[in-house]
Amino acid sequence: MNVIRSLLIAAAAAVLAAPPAAAQTAPKLKVGLMLPASGTYAALGTAIENGFKLYVAEQGGKLAGREVEFAQVDDESDPAKATDNVNKLLKRDSVDVLVGSVHSGVAMAMAKVAKDTGTPLIVPNAGAAAVTGSMCAPNIFRSSFSNWQPGYAMGEVVAAKGHKNVVTITWHYAAGDESVRGFKEAFEKAGGKVVKELNLPFPNVEFQALLTEIAATKPDAVYTFFAGGGAVKFVKDYAAAGLKKSIPLYAAGFLTDGTLEAQGADAEGLLTTLHYADDLGTPRDKAFRLAYAKAYKVQPDVYAVQGYDAAQMLAAGLTAVKGDLTRKPEFDSAIENAKIDSPRGAFTLSRSHNPVQDIYLRQVVGKENKLVGVASKALADPGQGCSM
Amino acid sequence: MDLATFLIQCLNALQYGLLLFLVASGLTLIFGIMGVINLAHGSFYMIGAYMAYALAPIVGATFGGGFFATLLVGLVLSVLLGYVLEWAFFSFLYDREHLQQVLMTYGLILVFEELRSLLVGDEVHGVAPPEVLSGALPLGGLMTYPVYRLFISGVCLVVAIGMYLVFTRTRLGMMIRAGSTNREMVQSLGIDIRFLYRVVFAGGVALAVLAGMIAAPVSSVYPGMGNTVLIVCFVVAVIGGIGSIRGALLAAVLVGAVDTFGNVLLPQAAGVLIYVLMALILLWKPQGLFRAG
Repeated sequence: MNVIRSLLIAAAAAVLAAPPAAAQTAPKLKVGLMLPASGTYAALGTAIENGFKLYVAEQGGKLAGREVEFAQVDDESDPAKATDNVNKLLKRDSVDVLVGSVHSGVAMAMAKVAKDTGTPLIVPNAGAAAVTGSMCAPNIFRSSFSNWQPGYAMGEVVAAKGHKNVVTITWHYAAGDESVRGFKEAFEKAGGKVVKELNLPFPNVEFQALLTEIAATKPDAVYTFFAGGGAVKFVKDYAAAGLKKSIPLYAAGFLTDGTLEAQGADAEGLLTTLHYADDLGTPRDKAFRLAYAKAYKVQPDVYAVQGYDAAQMLAAGLTAVKGDLTRKPEFDSAIENAKIDSPRGAFTLSRSHNPVQDIYLRQVVGKENKLVGVASKALADPGQGCSM
Repeated sequence: MDLATFLIQCLNALQYGLLLFLVASGLTLIFGIMGVINLAHGSFYMIGAYMAYALAPIVGATFGGGFFATLLVGLVLSVLLGYVLEWAFFSFLYDREHLQQVLMTYGLILVFEELRSLLVGDEVHGVAPPEVLSGALPLGGLMTYPVYRLFISGVCLVVAIGMYLVFTRTRLGMMIRAGSTNREMVQSLGIDIRFLYRVVFAGGVALAVLAGMIAAPVSSVYPGMGNTVLIVCFVVAVIGGIGSIRGALLAAVLVGAVDTFGNVLLPQAAGVLIYVLMALILLWKPQGLFRAG
C-alpha cells in the first residue's frame, strides 16, 4: 500500500516539476464550463457543451490566437451548490471566462459572482429576466433568450388569429411567470384578454384539476409554458382530456423542443414560438447542422445553437482585444456591438446584453418543429431593472 | 364552480388519491412493519416507470405480449429486486438508528439515478397506454375522461382490497402483524422472521414498481420523477399513521382532494396546502389518523 502511495506521489511530483510547454506563444485561454451533467437538464448541458466545442474546433481549437482549454463542473442544476461551484472554477481552476448555465437559479448565482469579480460570463440558456435585467453588468452576456421573448411573440400571434379570451397555464416559478407576463403584455396590447391565469407549483405535474377548470371556463385558446417531463405530460393530458379538439393550444417553444419523441401524435399540429426551428433552411443553419451531426452523430437542437453562439460571442470579444483579456472595457463593448452570425439567423445584443432576435412561429409536423414564419422580427427584451 | 365541474373535480381528486395510495402503501408497509425509513421508495416508483418504457420492446419481442405482459414481467422483476435488496442491504438496517437508514437509502437513490442515466439516458419518454384502454369517455360538454385513468383507479382499488384481505384474513397477514409488534416472540414460535421480512420488503417494492408502471402512460417517464412522488408519499404515510394501510388509503384520498381543489380554488397557495393539512392533522392526532400496532 505504502509503495503504491509513494509511487503515486513521485509520479505527481514528476508531473508538477515538468517544465511548462516550451512554446512561449500566448498562454492558453481557460474557459470554465458550468453546465448540468446529471439530473433533469443533463441532455441540455451536453448539447450546449457540444455546440460550444464545435465552434472552437472549427477555429482550430484557438480563439484569437489563444489555444482554448476547458475546465468543467457539473452544476447538477442545484442553486444551493452554485456559488461553491463557480468558486471552484475561479479559484481552483483559475478560469478566464465563465460559461453557464441551464437552470435560472444557478445562472443567477453565477451572475452574482461574475458581477463581483468582473470575470466575463456568457449565459447559454437560462432565460430569467434578472440575468439581463436587475443583475445586468458590463461583463454579463446571454446567447439564448429571455423568457419574456417567446411569450411576447406568441401574444402577437394569438391576437392576430382573432382569439379574444385566453387562459394561461404554467408552473408558478420565474420562467413560467415571465413567459406568461410577456404573452399577456402583447396579447392585451392587441385587444385580447387573459381571462384566467392558472398555476401549479414547480415541478408538479398533476394537471387534471386545472384541465377541468379550462374546460369549465371555455376560452378561445390556451397559452402555456412547460418544459421537459412536464411538457410531455401536459401535452398528453391536454389531448386525453379532449381539449385539443376544441380549444387550440399555443405555447413557448420549450413545450415541443426535445420532447416530440415522447409526446407522439398528441403534439401534432401544435403552434409554438422560439428563436430557432428545425428547418430554417438558411445556408448558415444547414452548414451548422451538418457539421454538428458529423461531429456528434445526433441532430442539433436549440440548446446546441445557444452553446455554439456563446463561443461565437466569446470569439468576437477576444478578437477585438487580440486575446488580451485585461482590456476589459474593449472586450465587453466588442461583444455588445458584435453581430453574431448565428445558425438561428444573425443577431445583435440589446443594451442589457440579451439577443435582439427574430422569434419564429413553428408548427409540429411529425417529429419536427417546422418553420411557419417569423412571429416577431428583431424582438428585444425590455431589460427591465437594468441600469448600465 | 357548477355541479358538473365539481363532480369531475371530485373524480380527479379520487383518481389522484388512489394512485398516491398505491405508492404510499408500500412505504408505510416497510416503515410500519420493519421500522425502516426507506428514502429509496421513490426510486422504485421511477424504476417501475422506466421498466414500462424500456421493457415493453423486449417483452414484445420475446413473448409477443403487450402492456399487460410487460406489467407481469415488471412485477416479477421487482419482487426479485426487492428480495435481493433486502438481503444485500436492508437486512443490516433493522437494529440501526434512523439516521443510518436514511443515509443508506439516500445513497441508493443516487445509485439508482446514476444507473438510470447510464442505462436509459436522460431524455423524457412517453409510454402508450394499451390499445383496449386508449379510448375516452365524454364528460360534460367539452371534456373527455381517458378510460386509462379509470383503469388506474380500478387497479388501485383492487390492490387496496387485496392488501386488506391479506392482512386481516390470512395466516401470512397474521404473522406479519405479529412480527411488527414483537419480533422475538414470533421467532420463538418457530416462524422464520427473516424470510417474512424479505417477503414484506419485496411486496413493498413491488407496490411502488407497479404504481410506476401503471402511471407511466399518464405521467410520462423522466429523470428525477421519483423524488417528487417520495415527498408526497411521506406526507400520506405520516397523515395516515405509520404502518396503517387503512390510514394510508384515507390520507391519500384526503391529500388528493386538498391538492386538486387547492390547485383550482387557491392556486397561489397550492404548493403548501398539503403540508398545512399534514401540520393540522398532526396537531390534532400526533400519531396520524390510524396508528398501526
